Amino acid sequence: MSKTNESISLIINGLKYKIKVDPDTPLLFVLRDNLGLCATRYGCGEATCGACTVIVDGQAVMSCDISLGAVAEKSVQTAEGMQAMPSHPLLESFIKYQAGQCGYCLTGILMASKALLEKEPLATRKRIAEVLDSNLCRCGAHARILDAVEEAGKFMSKGL
Amino acid sequence: MIPPPPLADAPHLKNWLQVSEDKELIFFTGRVELGQGNTTALLMMIADELDVLPSSIILETARTDLTPNEGITAGSMSITIGGQALRWVASALKMQLLEIASKRLRIHAKNLSIYEGHIFNKGKKTECSFTDFFDGLDLTNKIVDDAKPKTFGERRKCFRDINRIDLESQLFGAPFIHDLKFDGMLYGAPVHPPSAHSHLADLDLEILKGRPGVIKVVRDGSFVGIIASTSYYAKKAASWARNNGKWESNIKEPFNLFENIKNLDTKPETVIESSDVNKNSGTWFEITASRPFIYHGSIGPATAVAKVGNDKITIYTHSQGVFQLRQAIAKVLNTAEEKICVIHKPGSGCYGHNGADDVAFDAVLMAKSIPGKFLKVVWSRFDEFHSSPMGASMVTKSRALLSSDDRLVAFDVELNSTPHTNRPSANFPNLLAAGYLANPISPSRTPDVPVARGGGADRNAIPSYEVGGVRVRKRIIYDTPYRTSALRSLGAYCNVVANEALLDTIAKQIEVEPIAFRLDHTTDPRSRDILERLDYETKKDRATTNEEGIGWGIGFARYKGLGGYCAVMVRVHVGENVSVTDAISVSDVGEAVSPDGVKNQVEGGIIQSISWTLKECVPVDGFSATAESWTDYPILKFSEIPIMRTILIDRPEEKPLGAGEISQGPTGAAIVNAVADAIGCHVTNLPITRDAIISTINAED
Repeated sequence: MSKTNESISLIINGLKYKIKVDPDTPLLFVLRDNLGLCATRYGCGEATCGACTVIVDGQAVMSCDISLGAVAEKSVQTAEGMQAMPSHPLLESFIKYQAGQCGYCLTGILMASKALLEKEPLATRKRIAEVLDSNLCRCGAHARILDAVEEAGKFMSKGL
Repeated sequence: MIPPPPLADAPHLKNWLQVSEDKELIFFTGRVELGQGNTTALLMMIADELDVLPSSIILETARTDLTPNEGITAGSMSITIGGQALRWVASALKMQLLEIASKRLRIHAKNLSIYEGHIFNKGKKTECSFTDFFDGLDLTNKIVDDAKPKTFGERRKCFRDINRIDLESQLFGAPFIHDLKFDGMLYGAPVHPPSAHSHLADLDLEILKGRPGVIKVVRDGSFVGIIASTSYYAKKAASWARNNGKWESNIKEPFNLFENIKNLDTKPETVIESSDVNKNSGTWFEITASRPFIYHGSIGPATAVAKVGNDKITIYTHSQGVFQLRQAIAKVLNTAEEKICVIHKPGSGCYGHNGADDVAFDAVLMAKSIPGKFLKVVWSRFDEFHSSPMGASMVTKSRALLSSDDRLVAFDVELNSTPHTNRPSANFPNLLAAGYLANPISPSRTPDVPVARGGGADRNAIPSYEVGGVRVRKRIIYDTPYRTSALRSLGAYCNVVANEALLDTIAKQIEVEPIAFRLDHTTDPRSRDILERLDYETKKDRATTNEEGIGWGIGFARYKGLGGYCAVMVRVHVGENVSVTDAISVSDVGEAVSPDGVKNQVEGGIIQSISWTLKECVPVDGFSATAESWTDYPILKFSEIPIMRTILIDRPEEKPLGAGEISQGPTGAAIVNAVADAIGCHVTNLPITRDAIISTINAED
């Protein structure tokens, strides 16, 4: 348990945090275990399923694959942040299309979609699917998820 | 009306509901939410029966200290059986409430009704709410004495369909068992042997104890469990142990599954023989389909939280059967069941019997060493792929006899399969780690699911058409190094693929349209409606396709022969690989309680089945499964999802039949038939990979 003496600062969902945890610890475990921010899900821990996707400085990142030290002084968005924006087009469209079943993969998909649409709101269905290929869904809610993300993009492109 | 079976062991209102001090109405169900949306539908059934809004009711799902024991939540039975029971409960409650209201308001009970929770007198709203009469309730009343469940014409007054009650928490909350937290909770990780048939030969426990964050190492026989201060340290230490320990296989010779499963000399068990299939004359047609082991492949790994106290064990689990898990753990620990409390919390979708029960037992084994403290145990992806039960591998050989006037007059199915059920129970504990403790309780042979409950390996071996005499024979192959258990639809998937591919082969031979040939052998009106509707919905598109590599195919079955009906038509493109570009389905599940929920289940089943049919095959080495991560076991991705059209024929007058497992078999069959339409031969050695196509073409040449 070395290197825990220095604290690391970062911003999560707009709030400043100072954390005293081994900086080699993957961000995923810091979020879930140390900060109790459990909307970021543990799926594989090997960057192969996308369940733990968060947004770091605007980029979708698998939080099991990035250390706490690597996000020092950066801005992290997790799905908890969406709770404060219930009328965000992505949330509205996921609910409209009832896009999910067990829901375990959804927060990762939500974050990956948000990062994409903020850069490319008019991303085509094909482009959305290509980006979401990093996120696995086992229940088979894919078609509804694609419908939801595509529609949310249309609203976001109009600045709604 | 015959009361639903769950009311036999839980006959009183108090078995099914409670009124809280705040006048909240809390219903209990022995069913669990597995991601299929059944809690939303069950809530709708209760609210509809009571004529209140779903938001005014709380539903508690399976826990051994509170809810009725409704067995395993499986087999598309939640709504059909569990929901019907709740309708009776709600009806008995409503009748009693109206009776109490009648006495207090001095109005004849027959003039009273409820709408959105308000009491109405001859259709006029009164000042009273249904909650005003809770204080007069006698919950010791027998449900069957009072219940008068609505007829279909009386249903759905207050609402038609509602959104999933759990979707928002899935989108930004922490609703899963993985997210449970208790004061002072510690974190555990098991170090399972690489297969159920190996033992621990060497592992330096002292070094392991010194790994960062490790608090304790538990060892019993070949079971090793690590307790650490955080989940990250537990996971890291387990990974170190896996890389530095030595395990030896108890089996010396590799087991050749496919040789064993295809060529069995033993006498098969005859399941059904309606008449002598050899009595008629004509032409026999034959096709053989096979499927490999398939992983359940939950996205979230198996997880449990356990606390072992002085005389009480508390377990949080995402198991499909909390009472059965309790029986099994009590048996293995030689403890009274009453000392164990098992509580369900939602996990990641399981799609059948995955590692949920095993990890609960792991957690108990480890928590025993830290009495009074909660321990959360989360499997790694490696554990998921090495230690959880897999979907069974099987081979189905279907033969059909065609008479000289092109009628099917006999159907003969012979199938070989590894077990489709190995769930824990009192008689058969079947908890992974119990098999390699110092005093082991080895997994036992669980009998296949009987035909009366829809069958197991032989599920849907009888085609859903009029085909003359039928014989079904099966062999269950128990003695393999691999552990298999229930995966959605059990044997139905492979059997429907075989039977539907055979029908297509025959239709092609006699030059009859595949749908027409099926209709020629169908008199059941609901089946005819499904097939005719699918024909109508897809006719135009099918007629305009004549490009190279494009094919259309159909698959149809009535699940278990008595459940929901589903027909699927797919369009495939066969190039480097096979892709499904379009999937159109028509389903009939009787009364669709939540029509959108049913469609969601059907779509999910179709997508999962496309994944099984085109991509999935567990790699094995003769001793164990060898996949370590998702890269070794690709599943269908977003860019491979077809355009989907999901049509539901709602029949509110019919009983609800369940939807979770109706589309897998028909989808697999539709793909096999569509590939045959594109390339001229049926590739039934699943999955339909490029290699499988080449070897089928070579074999036919």
